[in-house]
Parts: sequence; structure tokens; C-alpha cells
Amino acid sequence: MSKQNKQPLLQRPAVVGVLASLLSIVVGLVLGFVLLVLLNPGAAVGGMRAMLATGFSNMDKLGKVLYQAAPLMMCGLSVGFAFKTGLFNIGASGQYTMGAFFSLLCAIQFQMPWYVCLLAGAVGGAIWGIFPGLFKAYFNVNEVITAIMFNWIGMYLVNLLLANMPNMLASGWGASNSDRTAALNVANPGAILPRGPFAALFGNSSWINISIVITIIFAILVWVILQKTTFGYELKACGLSRDAAQYAGINSKRNIVLSMVISGALSGIGGGIYYLAGTGQYVLEKSILGMGFNGIPVALLASSNPIGTIFASLFISYIQVGGAAMQPAYSSETIDIVIAVIIYLAAFALLMRGIITKAVSGHKGKEGAAK
Amino acid sequence: MMVGRDVQFAVDKKPCEVGKPILEVEDLVVPSKVHKNNAVRGVSFNVRAGEIVCVAGIDGNGQSELIYGITGLEKPTSGTIRLEGRDITNAPIRERSKAGMSHIPEDRHKHGLVLDYTLADNMVLQRYWQPEFQNHGFIKKNAVLQYAERLIKQYDVRSGQGPATIARSMSGGNQQKAIIAREVDKDPQLLVAVQPTRGLDVGAIEYIHKQIVAERDKGRAVLLVSLELDEVMNLSDRILVIYEGEIVGEFDPKKTTVEELGLYMAGAKKQGEAKA
Repeated sequence: MSKQNKQPLLQRPAVVGVLASLLSIVVGLVLGFVLLVLLNPGAAVGGMRAMLATGFSNMDKLGKVLYQAAPLMMCGLSVGFAFKTGLFNIGASGQYTMGAFFSLLCAIQFQMPWYVCLLAGAVGGAIWGIFPGLFKAYFNVNEVITAIMFNWIGMYLVNLLLANMPNMLASGWGASNSDRTAALNVANPGAILPRGPFAALFGNSSWINISIVITIIFAILVWVILQKTTFGYELKACGLSRDAAQYAGINSKRNIVLSMVISGALSGIGGGIYYLAGTGQYVLEKSILGMGFNGIPVALLASSNPIGTIFASLFISYIQVGGAAMQPAYSSETIDIVIAVIIYLAAFALLMRGIITKAVSGHKGKEGAAK
Repeated sequence: MMVGRDVQFAVDKKPCEVGKPILEVEDLVVPSKVHKNNAVRGVSFNVRAGEIVCVAGIDGNGQSELIYGITGLEKPTSGTIRLEGRDITNAPIRERSKAGMSHIPEDRHKHGLVLDYTLADNMVLQRYWQPEFQNHGFIKKNAVLQYAERLIKQYDVRSGQGPATIARSMSGGNQQKAIIAREVDKDPQLLVAVQPTRGLDVGAIEYIHKQIVAERDKGRAVLLVSLELDEVMNLSDRILVIYEGEIVGEFDPKKTTVEELGLYMAGAKKQGEAKA
């Protein structure tokens, strides 16, 4: 209800939200710097500069930031969307893996064009999202438990299937390694995401393609669904108060399942978009892909707001790319720790929001509500 | 008085003119959420147009579950419920609402409001799906705001920031007024009100009583559940006493006393057959 501008700037929820996120990022960076000093005092300043400046240092790096931000944004949207319905979709990782598998299956096995592959990714993610949704809605099984189990089931299922599909593996397309899927530029160049008209702007960096545009469109779409439609109204009502939603005649079971399906589809597209870029090949992993889990801090940092997710994912992708540039002075493990500290503190946005609201209202003194 | 004028506790009302039965309940059995036995054990009664029927009883004797069964929040084990002759025993809540049932719930925080929604969003909680407020699934924000503003004015719902107020931040009385505005403005055939004045100040209580009587005078059927004996005696045209899930007596408030009701409510007496 932004039409009324009567409220002072600092008390508007949107302003407080943005401010809270920025403040938590600053606190995170400061703490990250302290950690750098502790670990290797000599290289701390240079390391921090590398982390903060690398993303903008040249167009190739900026392209990489956008390239990594795209799947991260989809996972963030996925987790945030489920949050709005009162569900904690920790299964984004499994849905992401499934999405990647479905996309690659269409791309390599069935030689489909990229848009069909992306759609298949959405279907794959949705299938993996529907199970936790069904269990939650009809048997009241906590979605966190089901989703975590489905993360592992998804990962091993994909590994199993790929290992038994010689056509899918790089070894089936002339390469020597059989632990990863075929490179798309060999197997099916038509499945690689178009580079888009703006590729030249980035000096034809190999990272750049239309994925970031697609994900921003999805972010806006999710925002519209949540804010403008009766469906979003129902979903949020279920999330905020399941009893009140039931009282209003909203079918909360149906909404929980639908919410998980949409959430899964978003993660699935994230998986598709990452591997259809053509730069990465799916490697048969022994551990769950981190991308889905990284979606959780993205969603938290953005307070589940789809538009905020755009910026949150760009930020996290930015410090990841920056972190990689600290490599010689710091080992990759310590860089991960520093990044984790920054992200961890960045996710304190909710706490910060409370502090800011308190500080502002303490200043102004509370106005008594009517009666 | 604290509201700046005299408050009338006795409600002025015309003698009731009853019409055809609106709500008919037959042998209704409703399970309990807290124990394995049935909370409502074979209850039959009806509510006719233009009367306020009050279910009185000590809390925990099945009145909450009776309302859950009638409004669809809980599935009845057996029995039938008819609204204007139409069987709604197993109808979903939305269907009951469409068929003309309004429900002022017992717990305004749990059921009545989505506390973190704005007042405007709460005002359309039962109607957001109607063509008036949505177009191909898109909510008409202006229509919702205008509607909320009208209800706020008409029913004197006070809040800090008008329709944009978060429902949680409103006072209990105004939250309740908002629910009543929403439910009464739906123009229902049957208004089910459960403890509509619980925990409210005298001004709000008086106002809500007037609204309920106004509905009855419009020829609507009102089913009221209250634990306040004063409210029961003042408001109702017919009193049903519920004890351990059964209706043990039916009274005319003009011909009975609080003491007599008390005996039935405590289970000391029981009428041979309810005259409904």
C-alpha cells in the first residue's frame, strides 16, 4: 500500500528492509576483513580489495558474476517463494539437480533446442518439488525432512542414470573422461543458451548469455504472482495463517502442493540455466550441489522479496567471483570461510530490520493507535 | 462512563417475526480435536429467519465443535446440516459461504484475521475471489481499497493508517469490528456468531449487539454462541442449553431466569425432549 506517503521515510517497511540488508552486508564485510587480518595479516588489504573490486575490474569478470548470479537467483526465488507460503524448501538443491538432469537429457540425448531443455528443467524441478508438497499437505510430514531426503535421492538417482547412459557422457562424444556429461558445444550447440545482443558489450566474454535476463524476468513474474494475483493472495494467506486461510475457504492443501511445485520448477530452471550455458559440464558428484543451499541465504538476505532476490544473488555471486581472485594469498578453504562469514551475517537482515525499526520508533516515540 | 455517554446493556429490540427455517441441523455428531470421543452427540435444532437463537453452556461442552461442524471447519461424523433446504453437511467452507453463511469465529486471531495482512486485505478475506475484486486472477487493488474504506467508515473501524494498517497492530475491539463488518456486509442468510464480544470494551460490546439485532430485524437468521449469561438473556429470542455435547433444554428468555439456565448448564436438570 505504497500510495500513502504520510509515513516518514525511515519508518516505511521497504526502506527499512533495504537499509537492513545493506547494514548487514557492511557488518559482514567488516567481520570478513577481521578474519583476513587474522589469517594472513600481510595480504589482508590486498585480499579485501581483490574480493571487492574483482567483479568490476573487467568485463569478463563481470560476465562471470552475472553467469553465476543467474542460477543463484533462481534458487533464491525458489526458496523465497516457498517461504511466502510458510514452507521451508531446503530441497532446492535436489530440484536444481533434477532440473539440470532433465535439461541435459533433452539437450544431449534428445537433441532439443535450448528453450525446450529449459522447460524440461522446470518440469524436472517441479516433479522433485511435488513430493515434499504432497507429504506436507496430506500426511503433515515436515517438508524439511522430505526435502533433505529427496536431495540425496535426486543426486544419486541422477548419478545412477547418467552412469548408465553412455550417450550422455563426455566419453560418448569423443572425449576421454566418463565422469561428466558431454560438452554441449560438441554434443548439441543448439541447446546452448543464446549469447544475446549484449554479448559484445561484455567484450564477448565466454560467460555471458541471456540467462541473467531470463532470471530477472522470472523474478518479476514471481513478484507479480505474489503481489497482484488472487493466487498469490491465497498462498500468502496460507503462509501467514493456515487457520485463517482455512476459515476463508482457501484450500490450503492444494496451495501447499502448488507452492512446492512452483518452487521446485524455479530451482529446476536454475539447474537448467547453469548447465545450458555450455561452459560447465555436470560432474557425477559424491556430495549435494551447493547452489540450492546458497539459495537460502539469497532468499533470507532479500527477506523473500523477489525483486530483492535479484540484488542479493548478484551480491553473493560478486563476492564469490571476488573471493576466487584472492587465491594465491589465501587457500580456497579460507576464502570459503570468509565468504561464508559475509553471507552468514548478510542473512541477519531480519535481525537488523528489528533493530532499525526499534531505533527509529524509539526516537519518534510511539503514537497511540485509535482506541 | 468511559465511553462518554450512557451505555445500554439491555438491548432494545422489537418482538421477533420468525419466517421459514434457514438452518436445520439434524442428529449432528462432531468429533473432538482434543479427545477421542465425540464432542457433539446428536444435536438437532433449527434457526428460522428473523430470530436470534443462542446456544448457551459452560465452555467445553461442545459448542465450539458444534460451530466447527456447521461452518465446515471440522467434518461431522454423522447427521445433516441444511441451509435454506440445501444439504451442506459435507460442503467445503467456500460453498457454505457462497450459499449465504457468515461466520464470526470464536478466535479472531486464529481464524478471523490474517494478522499480518493489511486491514484492506482482511476485509476481502471472504470475497477476494468475486468478480468485483479480481479480474482474470488479478486483484483489483483500487476496488479492494475502496471497499475497505467504505466498510471502515460504515462500521466505524478505527486504525492507525486506515486500510493499510496491519491487522495485528489494531486493538481487539477494532479487529472484531472489522470481522463483523466483513461478515455482515456479505449480506448473509445465516450469521453464525461465536462469542462476538469476548474481551471487548463496553462501547464495542454495545455496538456489536446492535449490529446483531439489526441483522435479525432484516429477517436474517442468527445463531449465537455465548458464555456470557447477560448476553444470552438480552440478545436471544430462543435459548438452547448445551451440556456435554447434547441439547438439554430450550427456553424463551422472557420466561426463564438465569438461575434456571444455570441448573441446566451444570447438568443438574434436563428437559425430556427438546421442543425444536
